[in-house]
Amino acid sequence: MGLKQNLHNFKEKNKDKKWLPGFNALFTFLYMPNETTHNGTHIKAADDLKRTMNTVIMALVPCLVFGMFNAGYQHYLAQGLIDSADGFLGASFWTIDNLIIGAWTVLPLVVVSYGVGLAVEFVFAIIKGHEVEEGYLVTGMLVPLIVPVDIPLWMLAVAVIFGVVIGKEVFGGTGMNILNPALTIRAFLFFAYPTWMSGDKVWVHGAVERDQAIAAGQNLDAISGETLLGAYAQNSSLAGIDYWDMFWGIIPGSVGETSKFLIIIGALFLIFTKIGSWRIMLSTVIGALVMGLIFNGVVDAGWIGEASKFYGLMSVPFWQHLIIGSILFGAVYMATDPVTAAQTNKGKWIYGFLIGFISIMIRVFNPAYPEGVFLAILLMNVFAPTIDHYVVQGNVKKRMKRLKVKTA
Amino acid sequence: MSKDIRIKKGLDIKLVGEAEKTKENAIISNFYAIRPEDFHSIIPKLVAKEGTRVKAGETLFYNKDNEEMKFVSPVSGEVTEVQRGPRRRIDAIKITADKEQTYVDHGKFDLSSDADKIKAHLLASGCWAFIKQRPYDVVAKANSTPKAIFISGYASAPLAADLDFTLTGKEAELQAAVTALSKLTEGGIHVSVGSTNSPLAGLDDVTTYKVSGPHPSGNVGTLINRVDPINKGEVVWTLNAQDLVVIGELLLTGKFNAERTVALVGSSVKKPRYFKTKIGSEVSTMIYDNGVDKDGNDRIISGNVLTGKKIAPDGNLDYYSNVITVIPEGDDYEFFGWNKPVFNKISTSRALTFSWLNPKKKYDLNTNTNGEHRAFVTTGTYEEVFPLDIYPMQILKACMYKDLDEMEALGMYEVAPEDFALTEFVCVSKQPHQKIIREGLDLMLKEIG
Repeated sequence: MGLKQNLHNFKEKNKDKKWLPGFNALFTFLYMPNETTHNGTHIKAADDLKRTMNTVIMALVPCLVFGMFNAGYQHYLAQGLIDSADGFLGASFWTIDNLIIGAWTVLPLVVVSYGVGLAVEFVFAIIKGHEVEEGYLVTGMLVPLIVPVDIPLWMLAVAVIFGVVIGKEVFGGTGMNILNPALTIRAFLFFAYPTWMSGDKVWVHGAVERDQAIAAGQNLDAISGETLLGAYAQNSSLAGIDYWDMFWGIIPGSVGETSKFLIIIGALFLIFTKIGSWRIMLSTVIGALVMGLIFNGVVDAGWIGEASKFYGLMSVPFWQHLIIGSILFGAVYMATDPVTAAQTNKGKWIYGFLIGFISIMIRVFNPAYPEGVFLAILLMNVFAPTIDHYVVQGNVKKRMKRLKVKTA
Repeated sequence: MSKDIRIKKGLDIKLVGEAEKTKENAIISNFYAIRPEDFHSIIPKLVAKEGTRVKAGETLFYNKDNEEMKFVSPVSGEVTEVQRGPRRRIDAIKITADKEQTYVDHGKFDLSSDADKIKAHLLASGCWAFIKQRPYDVVAKANSTPKAIFISGYASAPLAADLDFTLTGKEAELQAAVTALSKLTEGGIHVSVGSTNSPLAGLDDVTTYKVSGPHPSGNVGTLINRVDPINKGEVVWTLNAQDLVVIGELLLTGKFNAERTVALVGSSVKKPRYFKTKIGSEVSTMIYDNGVDKDGNDRIISGNVLTGKKIAPDGNLDYYSNVITVIPEGDDYEFFGWNKPVFNKISTSRALTFSWLNPKKKYDLNTNTNGEHRAFVTTGTYEEVFPLDIYPMQILKACMYKDLDEMEALGMYEVAPEDFALTEFVCVSKQPHQKIIREGLDLMLKEIG
């Protein structure tokens, strides 16, 4: 008689209780269930949805850890308390001080995201009488990584409830949703609380607070919390940041999306484990590069002058679009969500390409908010079933043609 | 004449417990059982009531829709029990076998007879049951004219009986059967073989294809899809290679001889090997001697691990199988089974599953589902193991929401449940694909016919 047997007996005893899915969620977290096959295949492959989701979380952990260090680093750097780190392994980056500040600001986001989101999932599972589904395990990890570090926790909680209920549960739960839940949450935050989601303050911990203190009459230096994209959109740039800083990710931005290096590592892991679709990742990158090239061409042709408000972003060399902003994070972790992406292999190419293409277009043309990745992905989420429809129709037509040849 | 068919998509599931190539005579079973559910969609009309004495090959029941179509006893003896289920459905007909077997004598058949005579002979002798048709994967309708007949002579399923071994020496019967069948279709008979040594490779009146590649290269559905896919309104027939022997023997000798070479396989079997036995025999006559532990916690399957039927220890070999598989039950919990690295199970992903490291390793898999049932989530995994030119997930979903037009457009006429065995095996959401397809086909059969 061990823990396993006790839990099993408890489950059997409470078989008809309404709250059993809640208990089962915890039980199956500890132990893979004793369920066996009936007819059909008598054996099954080793993967289940928990393992699949867990793999994505593993790919996200480096981004989260880096995000913590970066939050602290940007905080101290903006105040002028530390020197800028030179490269990924820079001495002033991987410090305990940075981690403490980062953990203090980022971990609450993680806790709120998981706590609130899983609570909603449990409630819905019990109401609807099905098992608690694993979809939120990844969403809950993504959400803290795509918001500004200083976002108030109550806003995050409200957004998570909205995103999980409206973005997913009303459609029937994991596997049935049309929009990516994590991006639904972000879109809700963006449109409901725009001042906390964009601008030149929110991206560095402490900048907003400092601003309010100055407004209250205290004699302090303001902290800039601007992102590169914000600067480019205003035809300027940030001093002291080179391409390598962008690549390594030691720049201001949302919590977990800044390090292109770690995102690429995560992408390779997802592709190797066959959990993430390499077709979507690659085609998104291609789409972004193509749009970047088009804009470069427009600038080179002299159609847009330096006076234009689009000049700053349009003149960015096309390949740099990949390392500023969050296009890579979106391509690797968001666009590849199998439920909301195109489901056919051919459809994935089209879907990814359009995401990359539209992301950069929104980035350049939307002066209010210079990052368009989440909008582009949500837009393509809506069109993914249409893309699939036409791909599948190709197969259907082939079958009809075969029939016609036969009967003719 | 031989053509090559090579498929790339698929998965060879390598399991422990392959049968050694030795043949034993199984202990002669005292009881035989025929289960009408083996003949999907046939409504039986019982002829042999309890207490009737039958010869081997004598009618037990016929098809309610077609009185000509007989289903016969594999042995001579007395019908001792007719087991009935809900609404008096016949579950099983049990026959206590005689010590001395007597056969119905149909007489030697003239192989130059015309199609109608051949048809009538097969229907009356009980051999029609071996002919299945697509669409719908059911026993062929007697009035259907197939555009072609397909036979797989290569078993690629996990732990399948090696047909090259079990059919050796049966060339005459095989030839007689295909010669007769070839008159029933204009499109000819297409046979797939695994190697040129196959007893089926040298047959006349057929087109042979040498197939290679991972499972389901040996599935008859794969052969049809590559050679001549089924269109709306067309019918093809399929037969199992081992059943051709029964047909052939009937034609040559006039006897319905239900003898069959069966492989006893699986990791729970001590000495996996081949047995000579008869359709409907009790599996207990084979599985215990040098086989499984009497009190072991095992799953006994009539058929292979992907498509077979679960049977009780006192169950019987079903009408179409030539394999009995015994594997351990997996009704136990596994601590942190969902996230720890897995070395002892098969997976097509590499999500901390390491079967890709050693593709030649043989696994001892149990019946655990390795996770709970969920909605469809991941995409692209099915396509990797599904060689047919059909979108597997889309057709499964069409079956689930019962859209007949869409099922038809996506290729439902071409498929059988067994084609979806591999997608079911790899399914992360643990969906019952074969059941979904079977129910979809049944719906179409009912609505369209």
